[in-house]
Amino acid sequence: MNTLFDKIWDAHVVTLIEEGPTQVYIDRLYCHEVTSPQAFEGMRARGLKCFRPEKIYCMPDHNTPTHDQDKPIEDPVSKKQVDTLAKNAEEFGLTHYGMLNERNGIIHVVGPERGLTLPGMTIVCGDSHTSTHGAVGAIAFGIGTSEVEMVMASQCILQSRPKTMRISVEGELKSGVTAKDLALYVMSKMTTSGATGYFIEYAGSAVRNLSMEGRLTLCNLSIEMGARGGMIAPDEVTFAYLEGRENSPKGADWDQAVAYWKTLKSDEHAQFDKEIIFEAADIEPMITYGTNPGMGMGITQHIPLTDGMDEVAKTTYLKSLEYMGFEPGECLLGKQIDYVFLGSCTNGRIEDFRAFASLVKGRRKAEHVVAWLVPGSWMVDAQIREEGLDKIFEAAGFELRQPGCSACLAMNDDKIPAGKYAVSTSNRNFEGRQGPGARTILAGPLVAAAAAVTGVITDPREMMKS
Amino acid sequence: MKQKFNIITSTCVPLPLENVDTDQIIPARFLKATDKKGFGENLFRDWRYDKAGNKIESFVLNDPAYGGQILVAGKNFGSGSSREHAAWAIADYGFRVVVSSFFADIHKNNELNNFVLPVVVSEAFLAELFDSIYADPATAVEVNLPEQTITNKTTGKTEQFEINAYKKDCLVNGHDDIDYLLSHRENIEAFEARQK
Repeated sequence: MNTLFDKIWDAHVVTLIEEGPTQVYIDRLYCHEVTSPQAFEGMRARGLKCFRPEKIYCMPDHNTPTHDQDKPIEDPVSKKQVDTLAKNAEEFGLTHYGMLNERNGIIHVVGPERGLTLPGMTIVCGDSHTSTHGAVGAIAFGIGTSEVEMVMASQCILQSRPKTMRISVEGELKSGVTAKDLALYVMSKMTTSGATGYFIEYAGSAVRNLSMEGRLTLCNLSIEMGARGGMIAPDEVTFAYLEGRENSPKGADWDQAVAYWKTLKSDEHAQFDKEIIFEAADIEPMITYGTNPGMGMGITQHIPLTDGMDEVAKTTYLKSLEYMGFEPGECLLGKQIDYVFLGSCTNGRIEDFRAFASLVKGRRKAEHVVAWLVPGSWMVDAQIREEGLDKIFEAAGFELRQPGCSACLAMNDDKIPAGKYAVSTSNRNFEGRQGPGARTILAGPLVAAAAAVTGVITDPREMMKS
Repeated sequence: MKQKFNIITSTCVPLPLENVDTDQIIPARFLKATDKKGFGENLFRDWRYDKAGNKIESFVLNDPAYGGQILVAGKNFGSGSSREHAAWAIADYGFRVVVSSFFADIHKNNELNNFVLPVVVSEAFLAELFDSIYADPATAVEVNLPEQTITNKTTGKTEQFEINAYKKDCLVNGHDDIDYLLSHRENIEAFEARQK
């Protein structure tokens, strides 16, 4: 009577330390340029080599510019960090997909699309959105740099076993409601810390009916409720997505792998430490109004009032609304916005670009809006062009940029200026996340497209009618 | 970075806000370093300094009334990004302890791996501690790791806090997890052999 999480975790336990954490074996370590240099430095200081270099994949994504990637990076500090990753990968004998390599992109987009992320694996990266990879039925979670060093040194990590939670979303999502809206809805109910200490399994018919891209979006946002990670049991959708990918098993190995992957599901009477059920019919297109991702609401709703909050909660809440320039009780429909960002490890996949294109097709970008459309990887970029979506964007006044994390956290030039409003398909609306003073409204690709065309917060369902 | 931890008695810096995320502790634009040094300068950068780089006088780190090795914050401290730079900034600034009623998981591990002790207290203890500090910034708190106790010296209120025996041993003796893992490599090879 085991959960999916239990099955994978138990298969990776090396030892249990008495009155301490569990030593867990790691199948895949992903490294990007921001959270790895100090780990490599630590390895050098201890005189160590990577214990299992073939299980480690490196690629720069946070600092990469989204234009002119063929030229040297202008910011010398960003350049140094990107160059350092390449040098470290070479020195330690690790696979490295550098800028302009056709395999480069955001690490959480590249892993699944290259078949490096597979069901049943344990996967870590010095990045909280590592939870993304759980969508294929893996245990994937973000770690700190000391832990990155730990995995480099031993291919293991010391972790306390999280509690398990199942979040089921039943029924059919309404038209105009995407996986991102589903995730923002769940987060708004759970709050930014409601799943801290837990590992989530997403289930229910609305989750089953999501495409692989949608599942990656949902699992990506698990950390925004504080969860260690989120996962979905692998099924035919998963197998169809992975079959034939570059690093997926082939031939007889594939058949054998699928046979094993089919056992990776929670047993019928498996006990979770917490069970939560939502109805898909209750979900409408979502936006956030505050400075953490749990502060979300249906696009037609009003910003909550402060009734019933204690002193610290109220101070925190009003500080957040003041930063955003919003008032309790306000509805945001019709509110003018300045920037639109489509991309990130949350919404930088082909399905997101298809959704965005479906709404902007035959329309024009609002004059005053600056829009950044940033594919999650070169593979996504190629597919956009293959499907002719780039032509739709161009005709509507949009320009496609080069892959990277971009405006999600503004470590490159893609910064939202202070005080400006950005409707962003990324994952965090924290103060200053998209640039000092920037005001982020998180949303899915349809809401972002509607805002890009009208220049104001607009319910995409209104535009889907016409 | 490895610094043995035993008993610390200090005044506190109060930060009565909830959900203080790691982007506030250290904004992304300061993550470009390739070493662990100097992050304390930019701890809480955008709350501490204005755009021109002038100190924002109202922020607690700029208030000479408050200081010490213990940061006291509202619940869900360290949410968001896994950046260990946040823990490096806290340690580099000079904090050895962070007290809150609730911590985000990854950040809590990051603090422990940098010999900064996250101490989880009850909501009531936290509220009283904020009151004590605001009534008298000279309020001292004693954090006793061997005994796993935290004491508000003004009110005399003491609470036990949780830490697993393994991690406590690491902090008291100045070991880290890599030291442990390297001394148990045979277990890892045995596990790999079983997998085949």
